[in-house]
Amino acid sequence: MSTDLTVQLIILLPLIGAAFLGLVPLFARGLRTHKGLLGTIGTLMVAIPFGLAAMLFIQGVDTAFITSIYTWMGVGDFSVEIAYRIDQLSLIMTLVVTGVGALIHVYATGYMAEDRSFWKFFAYLNLFIFMMLNLVLANNLLLMFLGWEGVGLCSYLLIGFWYEERKNSAAASKAFIVNRVGDFAFLIAMFMLVQEIGSLDFDSILSGAGAMSEGTIAMVVFLLFLGATGKSAQIPLFIWLPDAMAGPTPVSALIHAATMVTSGLYLLARLSPLVLMTPDVMMLIAIVGALTAIVAATIALTQNDIKRVLAYSTVSQLGYMFMAAGVGAFFVAIFHVITHAFFKACLFLGSGSVIHGMHHVEHDLRDKGYAGDFDAQDMSFMGGLKKFMPVTRWTYLLSTLAIAGIPLTAGFFSKDEILFKAFEYGYDGNGYAWFVWGVGILTALLTAFYMTRSYMLTFEGKARWPMQNEVHPHESPSSMTLPLIILAGLSMIGGAIGFPKIAEKIGLSNWIHDYLVGHGDHPGPVGEPEIHAHISVSVEIGLILLGAVIAVVGVLWAWRFFAKYELGGDELIRARFGKLYRWWQSSYYWDKFYERTIVRPVIGGAEKTFAPFDQHVVDGLVNAAGRVSMAFSWLFGRFQTGVVQNYALAIVLGSILMIALFLF
Amino acid sequence: MELSNLLTAVIFLPLAGALVMLFAPSDRSVRWFALFVTFAAFLLSLPLWFGFDAAAAAELQFQSVDFSLISESLDVRYLIGVDGFSLLLVLLTTFLGPIIVLCSWTYITENTKGYHVLLLILQTGMTGVFCAFDVLLFYIFFELTLIPMYFLIGIWGGERRIYAAIKFVIYTMVGSLLMLVAIIYLGYAAGNAINDGVFTTNYFKLLSFHVPLGMQTWLFVLFAFAFAIKVPIFPFHTWLPDAHVQAPTGGSVVLAGVLLKMGTYGLIRFCLPFFPSASAEHTQLIGILAVIGIVYGALVSRAQSDAKKLVAYSSVSHLGFVVLGIFALTLQSIQGAMIQMINHGISTGALFLIVGMLYERRHTRLMADYGGIAKSVPVLTFFMVLTALASAGLPGLNGFVGEFLILVGAFGSGIPGMQVLTILATTGVILAAIYLLWMLSRMFFGPLTSDANRNMPDLNGRELVIMVPMALLMILLGLMPQPFLKVSEPAAERLLEVIEEKRTIAEIDDPDSQRMFDLQRKMMQSTAPATPSGSEP
Repeated sequence: MSTDLTVQLIILLPLIGAAFLGLVPLFARGLRTHKGLLGTIGTLMVAIPFGLAAMLFIQGVDTAFITSIYTWMGVGDFSVEIAYRIDQLSLIMTLVVTGVGALIHVYATGYMAEDRSFWKFFAYLNLFIFMMLNLVLANNLLLMFLGWEGVGLCSYLLIGFWYEERKNSAAASKAFIVNRVGDFAFLIAMFMLVQEIGSLDFDSILSGAGAMSEGTIAMVVFLLFLGATGKSAQIPLFIWLPDAMAGPTPVSALIHAATMVTSGLYLLARLSPLVLMTPDVMMLIAIVGALTAIVAATIALTQNDIKRVLAYSTVSQLGYMFMAAGVGAFFVAIFHVITHAFFKACLFLGSGSVIHGMHHVEHDLRDKGYAGDFDAQDMSFMGGLKKFMPVTRWTYLLSTLAIAGIPLTAGFFSKDEILFKAFEYGYDGNGYAWFVWGVGILTALLTAFYMTRSYMLTFEGKARWPMQNEVHPHESPSSMTLPLIILAGLSMIGGAIGFPKIAEKIGLSNWIHDYLVGHGDHPGPVGEPEIHAHISVSVEIGLILLGAVIAVVGVLWAWRFFAKYELGGDELIRARFGKLYRWWQSSYYWDKFYERTIVRPVIGGAEKTFAPFDQHVVDGLVNAAGRVSMAFSWLFGRFQTGVVQNYALAIVLGSILMIALFLF
Repeated sequence: MELSNLLTAVIFLPLAGALVMLFAPSDRSVRWFALFVTFAAFLLSLPLWFGFDAAAAAELQFQSVDFSLISESLDVRYLIGVDGFSLLLVLLTTFLGPIIVLCSWTYITENTKGYHVLLLILQTGMTGVFCAFDVLLFYIFFELTLIPMYFLIGIWGGERRIYAAIKFVIYTMVGSLLMLVAIIYLGYAAGNAINDGVFTTNYFKLLSFHVPLGMQTWLFVLFAFAFAIKVPIFPFHTWLPDAHVQAPTGGSVVLAGVLLKMGTYGLIRFCLPFFPSASAEHTQLIGILAVIGIVYGALVSRAQSDAKKLVAYSSVSHLGFVVLGIFALTLQSIQGAMIQMINHGISTGALFLIVGMLYERRHTRLMADYGGIAKSVPVLTFFMVLTALASAGLPGLNGFVGEFLILVGAFGSGIPGMQVLTILATTGVILAAIYLLWMLSRMFFGPLTSDANRNMPDLNGRELVIMVPMALLMILLGLMPQPFLKVSEPAAERLLEVIEEKRTIAEIDDPDSQRMFDLQRKMMQSTAPATPSGSEP
């Protein structure tokens, strides 16, 4: 099979799946109940592209392979192709998207089995994969933007999937609109590039960058980064992601953890040679990443909704990735994208499994006449689940250890590499990298702590739901646990693709670095800065040990703390931090701030100022003009008396006047 | 049949149909007959698309027999044809024809004969506007559309139909009468200068006539005023919400789909090439009005409680993009404006269609009366979400192509201040998402509260026949706009050449001009001095 055809199939199969699953059952209602068939089709349309991508991966990519399908829009010299690009960077992202995507599709066949709109769910998921593949495989910025907004659309549709609840549809709109703010910046960046370079092809942008002024490059990268803060939920646009948890949990895992939200990083990595030309913007990226990481981590510490903990954790981890990008370590950012996709998808799916179980508890409780408070996502109603959901528990625990960075797990390698790169970049004379490193260390401790807290409150200790002796949850079906097991396994071993530098001494190389950045004569698609400083082996070992100790201390500390106090632990923390804790718990009042400064003024302005202005002033003037002319017509109408003598008199007087004028 | 006569047939078939219908008994068959006529007109227009020579799209094609309209002593002739600009709009008109008849199928219950007669006359007027290459003939068609629309709103409209109809007619009339004055002046001036003293309104003769700079501004203002009302450009837009809200669905679709395009078409066809210097002088002013329209229209849209009014104001916002594109005077922006006209006709037309379908079911346009209806009418919701996204400029659907080209062209136009305007205009993409998603959320999502909404029937076969082609076009134009762009590109190129050439000549005549100074220096530098082609008559 030719590579052209392979690439086209990778792109097209999910689209075909989406069209089939979305349109056929929309009209043929009978098909809607054949969930086995629909789920299988949906899964295959992602699994086959994964197989194809894996084939390309095994064949190996030397230089970028581009397949151009047709001209999307062309005017004059400016033309944009529907063209796809296979290189190391896009291929590895394709593998993550389709691989994790396929696992989540399998999971969803179980999780959504009882939903009436099962067909629609799979149609949206397939559409999402199609858009995401456009995003990562596009050969130009505009096609990437199609994917970029397309995944935003799917995110909108899926957050609002259970649209009958007002808050879900509000969360969906919020996500789309906040993302549009970022997309606005993305668009302006494209306008600038078209003006400067005349093309949006990645190759042209990178080769033409030299001709742009430093200020222009900085502006373009700044705007693209602003776009990335929308999609990848960073300060100042991260506020939509926690609300996005209103969507079904497989969506949270796929879109709001593993794939879509990492698009911003992919964008920066794709244009990394350009980003490297603007040290000032890099500094901004790193600092924004660091601040987001710690801000979100502190919020995560205070949340009781299990999905919201994971949502803020995702924001925080994305912050780490931006820290990496900001110190020029784009390949590490992608490395963390990959490991994060494994453990965060596993965590989310695990939480979904828990929620699935808790929903059955809720159902049983209502059957038994229980009318009190209950929330299937609230950890204060959980506890002691390990007894009932062993697979979920173990996989959740393993991925918690991975995200905490316990030595030899996937998260350990990628997070350590980020911290090491920050340290190295600081050592190389970039002061801000020290700050980033410091915040990274602190956040690592917090991460280990709050993730262990979520594990402890969910799975350990006493059961806290009502009537524990009569009702309890059950382990989820194998369609759900199997993906959990695979992802947990990957969270354990996934770090092997990026061993630290020191491992060279025992013959292990950093594969992901060599693959993405290349070496010597074979430069890869991802750039990296020149580092002059040399970090000695002992310092490197010291840094690795520091990272390991931080993780272990964080986990053990939280473990002992919450084993002892359970829910009461939160009270102790609240007592310790006081006012600060309230800030964390209310997400630093960020939403309130936007509500007061932007949302209300704009909406209020529209309703109270612009609409009345239009009605009374703009239209009022028009009607006034109409009335004035009517008044004149009334005035002149008075002259039309209909009495012939009056007309005759007027004629005579007029004639005299004219003769007089003529004579004198 | 020869293709030149074909164009005449496409224009006048509906009028002929209207005449025949006058003698028909008023019953159901009237609808079928109107459908037949409009569909035949659509089929007849297809050979125009396939027979059109896109390579020569700047030239007039399918030019018709040419005869004198008033008297031999005046050079006012029946001269029709299509170039790249016209072709797309003619097809849009004929495409929407049957859809408008279909959407009125059960909506119009009283005096169906009268309604359809007017609809058919209207279609002749609209098609003629886009094909006329004699300015007076254009004017006749332009005014011909006014009367049927007046009655469509005034007879079959809502509660305040008389007010809306009169406002529509007087407002548009004021503009077009001023334009008539300008046309007559232009006809004499051009006649004296280049046509042996014979009054002429031949488009091509007027095109080759260089309007003296002093006069350009006045004539430009008169023309632009007429078109600005029609488009409408802020602040001349207030007739639009009234007309849209009161008009029956079919009327709204014609209005949004085609009638407004007569304004933007007029700007491209006449204002820019006839008065290039004046156009260039006013590009910032009009750019500012366009951007105000984009932002202001969107904000006012967000404040509405009536779904139809929301869509009407969104038109003001969307057409702001078109106007910005036209006056940014770059190939991309004009091409973007052209494709945006088609896009707007389809997606805003579709929005009105869907709002109309809901109105037929529930007899209310207030968004508060709906809520959660995605559950009861999933198919209708599917089309609504698709259309709203197209309208919000989601890439992959039609709205994006036009907006992107307009903005990218305007940004790179080099006109002082245009970059700031473009950035402000781009906020329109955020605002469009705000008001459209708000509408979706209010009407379609959330809990299904009222019983009346719960028992609403979903789309029937006829409505599917309406919506499916619209939806397909949204996707086609979004993913493959190239065949459509190709058609108008040579025309847009020619337009820019004409403008450039005329402005150069005009400013050579003006000794104080900095441009002339630059030009002379450029000519002295080059070894073979380039003389400007074409000469001042």
